[in-house]
Amino acid sequence: MAAIERPAETFRVSDLWTNQRSRGVLIQIIALVLLLSFVGWIVNNTVQNLRDLGVDAGYGFLWDPASYDINQTLIDYTSRSSHARAAVVGFLNTLLVAFCGIIFASLLGFVAGVLRLSPNWLVAKLMTVYVEFTRNVPVLLQILLWYGIVVNTLPHPRDAAEPVAGFFLSNRGFYLPRPEFGASAWLIGVALLAAIAFAVWFAARAKRMQSETGRIYPVLSVSLAAIVTLPVVAYFAAGQPITLDWPEIKGFNFAGGFALKPEFFALWFALSVYTGAFIAEIVRGGILSVSHGQTEAAYALGLKPNWTMRLVVLPQALRVIIPPLISQYLNLTKNSSLAIAVGYMDLTATIGRISLNQTGRALECMSIVLAVYLLISLLISAFMNWYNSRVRLVER
Amino acid sequence: MKKHLLMIAAGSMVAGFASLADAATIDDVKAKGFLQCGINTGLVGFAFQDDAGEWQGFDVDFCKAVAAAVFGDASKLKYTPLTGANRFEALKSGEVDVLSRNTTWTFSRDVDLALTFVGVNYYDGQGFIVPKSLGVASATELGGASVCIQTGTTTELNLADYFRANGMEYEPVPIETNEEAQSNYLAGRCDVYTTDRSGLAATRASLENPDDHLVLPEIISKEPLGPLVRQGDDHWADVARWTLNVLILAEEYGINQGNVEELAGGATDQPEINRMLGTEGEYGAMLGLERNWVVNVIKAVGNYGEIFDRWIGPETAIGLDRGANALYTEAGGILYSPPYR
Repeated sequence: MAAIERPAETFRVSDLWTNQRSRGVLIQIIALVLLLSFVGWIVNNTVQNLRDLGVDAGYGFLWDPASYDINQTLIDYTSRSSHARAAVVGFLNTLLVAFCGIIFASLLGFVAGVLRLSPNWLVAKLMTVYVEFTRNVPVLLQILLWYGIVVNTLPHPRDAAEPVAGFFLSNRGFYLPRPEFGASAWLIGVALLAAIAFAVWFAARAKRMQSETGRIYPVLSVSLAAIVTLPVVAYFAAGQPITLDWPEIKGFNFAGGFALKPEFFALWFALSVYTGAFIAEIVRGGILSVSHGQTEAAYALGLKPNWTMRLVVLPQALRVIIPPLISQYLNLTKNSSLAIAVGYMDLTATIGRISLNQTGRALECMSIVLAVYLLISLLISAFMNWYNSRVRLVER
Repeated sequence: MKKHLLMIAAGSMVAGFASLADAATIDDVKAKGFLQCGINTGLVGFAFQDDAGEWQGFDVDFCKAVAAAVFGDASKLKYTPLTGANRFEALKSGEVDVLSRNTTWTFSRDVDLALTFVGVNYYDGQGFIVPKSLGVASATELGGASVCIQTGTTTELNLADYFRANGMEYEPVPIETNEEAQSNYLAGRCDVYTTDRSGLAATRASLENPDDHLVLPEIISKEPLGPLVRQGDDHWADVARWTLNVLILAEEYGINQGNVEELAGGATDQPEINRMLGTEGEYGAMLGLERNWVVNVIKAVGNYGEIFDRWIGPETAIGLDRGANALYTEAGGILYSPPYR
């Protein structure tokens, strides 16, 4: 039998547009060349223009004194500190509001998402109103709204409301007593760590015992008891080393205590409430994605409703929930750059605004801001992807 | 590497427009048919919108003067309201041709930001305003106070220096615009609002009960405010500089809106007036402008004193005294223009 004769692979120029495969390659090459030349033109243009303007780009200014003050600093900072330090202060403030926001938004979102599925008509409708309202109002307006409410409706520090002794509400912020740790306070920390270690060990053991003997151990109550009791015992054993620093009105403002500024509050609360509404929808969708047959099967096996939720529905729902949840966490972090609207001194407000303005180094400052947001986002993304790979259904 | 390119790409948006600075600005302005002037987003007396929605004020009149100098018509003018934070980018990127927005002339702005200040149209200094109910009579009693401050301004830096030098603590409350600062100050978010004293007077005048508020006596900085242009176009800077100078010279030589037509009608016995009003020499042409450009300027806005009195002088709600902003021939005045010859 004669072998099938294959035509020799000769290349003709006309193949470039008649042959589908080579046409595809050609188009991609052209697109790539165009893209690269566009980027090259932009870079060249920038370099050329900067040279023409006599602007010398460089990051040396970062070590000059920033000369401005920042009202919320997690590390030591004065107006003589460098721009670099101001950037770090802003970065930490961004992390703080993003971290607190993610936690509160997740809480709100999970609760609202589950409650929206509640058979209780009123609860379900209330959650629908919450979700639909906050989700459909721009977050910047919500930030300004909460800021306006705090600044315009709460009393002046001198007439501050004191709902609980030592807790003050004023339009300059919320003031709480701050714990001051004495010399032997480390004992309490050690006790807490020991309690946590015990809880982890107990949970692992309980799980092993359950799979071996089928007996169920009260993991939650035992762990909680250990985590509460041990540090309390240590507190008294160490001679009560924690004292409270009470806020007190002194001159114009409160001194002492812990202050939650209206700028932080407005930003944190608005971002959490806004993102929480999206998370609620994601959670609701995730739960609904688990077929009702699963719940019925669990009930038929005699599992209690909350066990059904924890052991059957949630593990399957998380698989659907986690990926869009990552986007929401990233959104919240990036939206925190709206801080400048209410004067919260985050990364954008410090290096991206004030330093930029005072030094005029727009390219340098913005490149730092860009790089840092990119870094934060990639880190959150990497962590959540790792978590996602852990909760993903393993298909066999 | 890719990230790096992206940053540069973003930056080039700004830098791309900046190349306009090289071209002759006056040709660009004439070609587009109007002057684009950067002004304050709102500061009573200096730049504010009147009942008809038209921009008016001390800084706005300088814009009008330049438009009148270039076109002979002060209405060939468009405004871009700018905040303290975005004004320099707007000027450097070519979005505006002139920035007339109570901007302090400093070394780093002049040299490092590559801007050219064309002179000083208001000698100012930074001060504080407090509610009288606070019972404060001096800035040295402000330790521990919350201070509202416009971010991106020199006042922010002066404030930090002042409190540091006096060993006082304070809480800075950074704010974007004058209106926001005002509303935060009134709501009691801050005890004190600090900015240039001219700005404080304007703010105080616009409050509901100006008498309940006190401008403290301390002046903590020098704030020579003036108009500015991009560096690199000396000719355009000259146009702006001499527009400012002739406003001052006009007051010195008694040329005003009322008599400028008459004085320009024929040669007077004062050569300086003749040179300015174009009845002697070709001074306008040297600047690339009409022979009677100064006449157009004065007809449009009047001389420096008239502008001052119209918007911020003692007869207005703002009620600022001429003080250091009087002509050098008056007591305490330091306003001085080089001769027009």
